[in-house]
Amino acid sequence: MSRTISGVCLTTALFPGLAHAELQFNLQSPATPMAREIYDLHTLILLVCLGIFIVVFGFMFYALARHRKAAGHQAAHFHQNLKLEILWTLIPFLILVGMAYPTTQTILAMKNTGHSDLSIKVTGHQWLWEYEHLGTGVRYTSSLATPRAQIDNQAAKGVHYLLEVDRPLVVPTGKKVRLLLTSTDVIHSWWLPQFGVKQDAIPGFIHEAWFEVEKPGTYRGQCAELCGVGHGFMPIVVEAVAPERYTAWLAEQKAAQAKVAAAAGKSYILAELKTHGETVFAAHCAMCHQANGQGIAGAFPPLVDGAAFSAGADLTTPLAARGFWKDGKIVLGSKERHLDIVMNGIAGTAMQALGRQLSDLDVAAVISYERNNWGNHTGDVIQPAEVAALRKGARS
Amino acid sequence: MTTLALHQHAHPAGITRWLTTTNHKDIGTLYLCFSFAMFLFAGALAMLVRAELFQPGLQFFQPNVFNQLTTMHGLIMIFGAIMPAFVGFANWQIPLMIGAPDMAFPRLNNWSFWLLPMAALLLLSSFLVPGGAVAGGWTMYPPLYIQGGVAYDMTIFALHIMGISSIIGSINIITTILNLRAPGMTLMKMPMFVWTWLITAYLLIAVMPVLASAVTMLLTDRHLGTHFFNAAGGGDPVMFQHIFWFFGHPEVYIMILPAFGILSTIIPTFSRKPLFGYHSMVYATASIAILSFVVWAHHMFTVGMPAAGQLFFMYTTMLIAVPTGVKVFNWIATMWKGAITFETPMLFAVAVVCLFTIGGFSGLVLAIVPVDIQLQDTYYVVAHFHYVLFSGAAMSIMAGVYYWLPKWTGHLYDETLGKWHFWLTTIAFNVTFFPMHFTGLAGMPRRVPDYALQFADFNMLSSIGAFVLGASQLLFLYTVFKCARGGAAAGEKPWDGADTLEWTLPSPPPYHTFETAPLVK
Repeated sequence: MSRTISGVCLTTALFPGLAHAELQFNLQSPATPMAREIYDLHTLILLVCLGIFIVVFGFMFYALARHRKAAGHQAAHFHQNLKLEILWTLIPFLILVGMAYPTTQTILAMKNTGHSDLSIKVTGHQWLWEYEHLGTGVRYTSSLATPRAQIDNQAAKGVHYLLEVDRPLVVPTGKKVRLLLTSTDVIHSWWLPQFGVKQDAIPGFIHEAWFEVEKPGTYRGQCAELCGVGHGFMPIVVEAVAPERYTAWLAEQKAAQAKVAAAAGKSYILAELKTHGETVFAAHCAMCHQANGQGIAGAFPPLVDGAAFSAGADLTTPLAARGFWKDGKIVLGSKERHLDIVMNGIAGTAMQALGRQLSDLDVAAVISYERNNWGNHTGDVIQPAEVAALRKGARS
Repeated sequence: MTTLALHQHAHPAGITRWLTTTNHKDIGTLYLCFSFAMFLFAGALAMLVRAELFQPGLQFFQPNVFNQLTTMHGLIMIFGAIMPAFVGFANWQIPLMIGAPDMAFPRLNNWSFWLLPMAALLLLSSFLVPGGAVAGGWTMYPPLYIQGGVAYDMTIFALHIMGISSIIGSINIITTILNLRAPGMTLMKMPMFVWTWLITAYLLIAVMPVLASAVTMLLTDRHLGTHFFNAAGGGDPVMFQHIFWFFGHPEVYIMILPAFGILSTIIPTFSRKPLFGYHSMVYATASIAILSFVVWAHHMFTVGMPAAGQLFFMYTTMLIAVPTGVKVFNWIATMWKGAITFETPMLFAVAVVCLFTIGGFSGLVLAIVPVDIQLQDTYYVVAHFHYVLFSGAAMSIMAGVYYWLPKWTGHLYDETLGKWHFWLTTIAFNVTFFPMHFTGLAGMPRRVPDYALQFADFNMLSSIGAFVLGASQLLFLYTVFKCARGGAAAGEKPWDGADTLEWTLPSPPPYHTFETAPLVK
């Protein structure tokens, strides 16, 4: 059910791009059998509520119209009626029992994650999603692809503004996909409206959900649990493809990962690293430290040598201990410490361990970028091999 | 002020009067003024939120500041505006309605009020510390809450202080009601407002310590190395949610039961007919209060609880609709065959019955687990709790203020201004919040500073409604102020249908009332 109202005219004047946007009044069109059940259940309950509302408030508005003093109505004096009171306790109870029955069926079906065809581990991070196709070795992160300029109103907003990612989750149609959800930092919630799936991703615990997509297509959702400053900016995009195409896609991913592994020893020049580092920074760091590297006063430190920063001791002490803060100013510490912070995070602060989410090249690139940008001129060039060596060292 | 002069001891004047007062009327006034100031402040924060959401994109506030605005709006409205307003009503009205000379513990009463501005100072000044105020949502879920700066600790201490204030206030209210009723006023003869507050006070005593323990565990997790809510140390972040909502759900009824009491006072007055089903009203209030302790996990259907848990909490939640329905039916039966007039308090009361029921229905929709899975943490929930808390609690408070202002001030308020305030508020409220049902259904999450383009039109409509709603409350301020300053004399009983004890007193009532208890037949 969707139609447009005259308010659109006003909006259109302000946003020419929205001229064809339609107002949506109801749940999104279901793409799984479960979402369809939810849709129908909602319609049923809404109609029951509407019916009750019309009857009950029919009486009230009748009284308001007819039993007015101004209309010359004399007040009656009754103040109880046992039969009536029992009746209007029992009838709602029976209606509720009638609602509870179909609902119980749906709940039990929703909770049945058995007999799945494949399992995907979903990990929430501040502020992106990581997907691992279990048993295949295919693992990747998926973060917001909307350019910052659109968010800051410096560029026209695209059709899928805030609902687009760099790498969507790819799943086969017609298969029961089981999700295993967890998080590495705070609670996130993986929500895809058209699938009827919303499940919190909770650090330290694994929870399950499932869906079976009927038709190939691109489906969009968002994180639904407040998870910090990037909460509004961690969309979910699922690309459902035919099972054969899914198998082919998996093979492509494995080949691509093998290629990356083979190139591990490759050396890069600073300009290459900075170019790649900028995209990594935008996806993983800019939400807190900002695109200009100036951070947010009192909460997220700047990354620029000599920039003023004051905050509580819980933030400045660990920074100072690592040689990155002195006398109310950010100083650029050693590149070893810089690597340590990016890969292992700073416990007790919002700075998380990015080592697991990022490839060797990503880490090398983003640190090279940070140490040679916004007026930082260390000239340090970090190669992926150094990061790989660090990882090896940590393991042994 | 002959009655004042007759009284033996002198009262301090000026600021000292208000700082040292132990008089229930003065303290009631203090609570109501404090609450109104907080209402305007938290309302202003909501205006900033709606300004940012007027269009997609980030216009005025970065996400960090935006999250502070939504979080503080919620915390201040709940703990600073709604709850203290009802305590203000309790202070003014309970002794007058049960024929008591004052509250049972007048000095504690003074303390429980003056704790509040201190707590508010702590909470509001957290905007000024490094990192800004709390930005993790009013529900304070860890681990996000563990990440914040010093403002998070200030908020925890502010909540402790407000909790102490509420507990002291509740003990005072219970003791007053149980011990200081006029001879002849049995429990089942008490005005409904007094009944709802008695039950509310028990709820407060039961759950404020639970909130205090939850936030204390957050505090020790933050600073003393405990791991109550940290899985890496053997804790569980979801345990916080269980404890919080064990407080949080009864808290919802703490904010609505006194509102029901106000409605049950106003509707019979302006229908000129006794309250229908007094006994079932008392039992319904008590059952709502008891059921409120066994529904908490319906706020957490998406955390991944087993099917048995979801079913239990769904059934109990649906059950609450039964006593709530009884109340609505009783109010309508009270109006039925009455001789109804529509003064401002009655207009508000009728609107509350209607709009609160819409909030009740959306609550029922949210109780249905599979539907809740779609709607949890969306704008549908924002619409739902504003229908319950604004058009339920806040508009009942407005109704109550108009109803008792003539008694409190001795002047009639300006009926034309009151009606303007009513219509502006009711229409703007619906323009603001009704579209949120649609944005929520269509998939807009709550607590986001920016949103996808398909939600733009409804958000702009909501923002326009919100600005009108906000501005209308300044008219409320003016109307109340004007009435306090002067106006036509109200006389003992400006409402011919009213039948509670306060209307046997002059308006305004003398500083000390019912020094000799009235006899209730």
